[in-house]
Amino acid sequence: MGLMQVLESLSPGKWMKNVFGKKHARVGIYGPPNAGKTTLANRIARDFTGETVGSASAVAHETRRVRKKENIDLIAGSAKLHMDVIDTPGVATQIDFHEFVEDHGMEEAEARRRAKEATEGVIEAIRWLDDVDGVLLVMDAAEDPFTQVNVTILGNLEARKLPVVIVANKIDLPEASPATLQSAFPQHPVVPISAGEGTNMEQLYKIMTKHFR
Amino acid sequence: MATKQKLQSRRERLKEAAEKAPDIHLISAEKIESMGQEEKVRFILDEVERGKVLILERGLTPDEEARLIEQTMREVDQDKFIGIEMQSYGMDHGKNMLQRLAMGGARPRMAVIGPAQLLQFVSKDSEKIVTKVIGESDE
Repeated sequence: MGLMQVLESLSPGKWMKNVFGKKHARVGIYGPPNAGKTTLANRIARDFTGETVGSASAVAHETRRVRKKENIDLIAGSAKLHMDVIDTPGVATQIDFHEFVEDHGMEEAEARRRAKEATEGVIEAIRWLDDVDGVLLVMDAAEDPFTQVNVTILGNLEARKLPVVIVANKIDLPEASPATLQSAFPQHPVVPISAGEGTNMEQLYKIMTKHFR
Repeated sequence: MATKQKLQSRRERLKEAAEKAPDIHLISAEKIESMGQEEKVRFILDEVERGKVLILERGLTPDEEARLIEQTMREVDQDKFIGIEMQSYGMDHGKNMLQRLAMGGARPRMAVIGPAQLLQFVSKDSEKIVTKVIGESDE
C-alpha cells in the first residue's frame, strides 16, 4: 500500500465506510440520446425491485427529465451495492425539431415542444454531474464512439475523479462492435451488454459492485 | 478574349461563393487563454450564432465544454439556432513527467466549433478531425 493510499484510508469518510460497510452510491446513467439509458435503468430497477424507472422509446429524447429509482440493493454473487439509479436525459450539442417530424411523423407543435423540453433535459443532466458518485456511461456499440458528447462526458468524469463504467449497449445488433469501444477507451472498464435483451447483465452488476462501492 | 471572359466569370463565381460561404476564424491559443470561463463561452457562442466556424488552437477544458453545451441549450431557438457542432481532441496530458511539468498541467488540444446548421461532423480519430461545411451563411 502506497503512502497516499494509507493517508486516504485514514480519512474520516473512508474510515466510516470501512467500519459501517458500503456507502449509499448515487449512480448516474449518462450518454447520448438513444443509447439505451432508460432501457438499462429499467433493467437494473426491474432486476432488483420489480419496478421500472420510466418509459423508453425509439424516438430520441424520450427522457427529458432526470428520473430516479432510490434504494436499490444490487447484488452480484456475494457483493452488494446500495444505490440510487439516476436516469438522465441524453446529452446533445444540437436539437432540431425537424428530426422528430421527418423521422417519426410527429406534428410540428409536438415536435417543437419536445425539442424545447429536450434542451432543458440536457441542462439538467449536466447539472447532475455534481451530484453523482459514479457513472454508467452508455454508448451504442453499433455507433462511432468518438462523438463529442462521449468525449465531453468522459472528460468531465475524469476531471471530477468519478468512477465510470462504460456500457457498450445493443450488442444484439448485427453491426455492434464492442471491441471498438474497448480499444477506444482502454483506461476504463467496458462491459458489452444488451439492456433490451438482458444479455451479460451479471458481468455489469459484478463490475458495478466493484467500482461504485 | 475567351480567356478574359473565363477569368471574369471565375472571379464572379468566387465573389458570389465568398459572399455565401461562412467565415472560418482561426483563434490563437493566446486569445483563448486570455479569457475566463464565462467570457470564453460567451465569445464562442456569439461568434457561432453569427454563423462563424471557429478553429481554436487551444480548445476548452471538459468543464468549459460542459458549460458551453449548457449555455448553448439555453440559447437554442428552433427557427434560428439549433445548437453547435463541436469536435475536439480532448486534453493533452503530456507524454512524460518532464513534459507535464513544462506544460504546467494538462491542457486542451485543438477544437473546431460551428453552428450545427452549417457544420457537419464526418469522422474523427486521434490524428484527424473531418468536418464539412454544409450550408450558407445568413450574414
